[in-house]
Amino acid sequence: MAYSQKVIDHYENPRNVGAFDKDDHSIATGMVGAPACGDVMKLQLKISDAGIIEDAKFKTYGCGSAIASSSLVTEWVKGKSVEEASQLKNTQIAEELALPPVKIHCSILAEDAIKAALEDYKKKHAG
Amino acid sequence: MNHFELFDITPVYALDLADLQLRYRKLQQAMHPDRFANASERDKLLAVQRTSQLNDAYHTLRDPLLRAEYIVSLRGVDMQHEQKTLQDPEFLMAQMAWRERVEELNVGDFAAIDEAFADLERETKLLQNTLEQQIEANANEEAADTIRKLKFMQKLGRELEALEDE
Repeated sequence: MAYSQKVIDHYENPRNVGAFDKDDHSIATGMVGAPACGDVMKLQLKISDAGIIEDAKFKTYGCGSAIASSSLVTEWVKGKSVEEASQLKNTQIAEELALPPVKIHCSILAEDAIKAALEDYKKKHAG
Repeated sequence: MNHFELFDITPVYALDLADLQLRYRKLQQAMHPDRFANASERDKLLAVQRTSQLNDAYHTLRDPLLRAEYIVSLRGVDMQHEQKTLQDPEFLMAQMAWRERVEELNVGDFAAIDEAFADLERETKLLQNTLEQQIEANANEEAADTIRKLKFMQKLGRELEALEDE
């Protein structure tokens, strides 16, 4: 299958690969997996007290499209508020990377990773 | 007619594979297109269709994961084209650790690869036991989740195999 130029770029030069300390209270962690292909994605957000995403890191085991999708979202969410980040849709990712229909689940994985991380943030800051 | 009915067996997860194979061979012989060499075009076509249906059924029931998926689909849980993500943090953490372990394995280090295979098999077996109980208890949504987890284990198995073959 032919990958788009943007997928190849993110795949060859992934942005923001790595990890933060998940026990740090400013760090929110989202982990998701795609059963159809066995891909696993970990997305971490560093969120300020004002609710702004200051930094993001990811680690993904999967195909080129999954890596590109997670790399792209780490770029997109930086500087956004928690509220804004929660609006991100997989269709935007798929469109930006020109993902073919069989790779749409990679963009869903990335969207769900953000949601899972924001869920973790809410849990950490509840009460 | 569903796959189990085709073989005239009870739809359970713990299948007797030797028995399944015997039934498959018998049906295969009975349906073989060669037996229809002098039959009408329509009967020939039917024989070909039945044979492909039979092969499809055998392929599905022989494989534990496909069999489980088929059983839950008969009960109304269709997993075939799902794009659902799995969000079980504990399981996914373990998967991450597994991926890191596989990544660090060196091609040709057969002792370490064998050890990984043994561990993977042990964890897979545990999940399969859970799956069997869930299917028996008609806990189909839970069974579907276990099937999803087993798919990750299957993927890991393939990666280990690839390491061994290199």
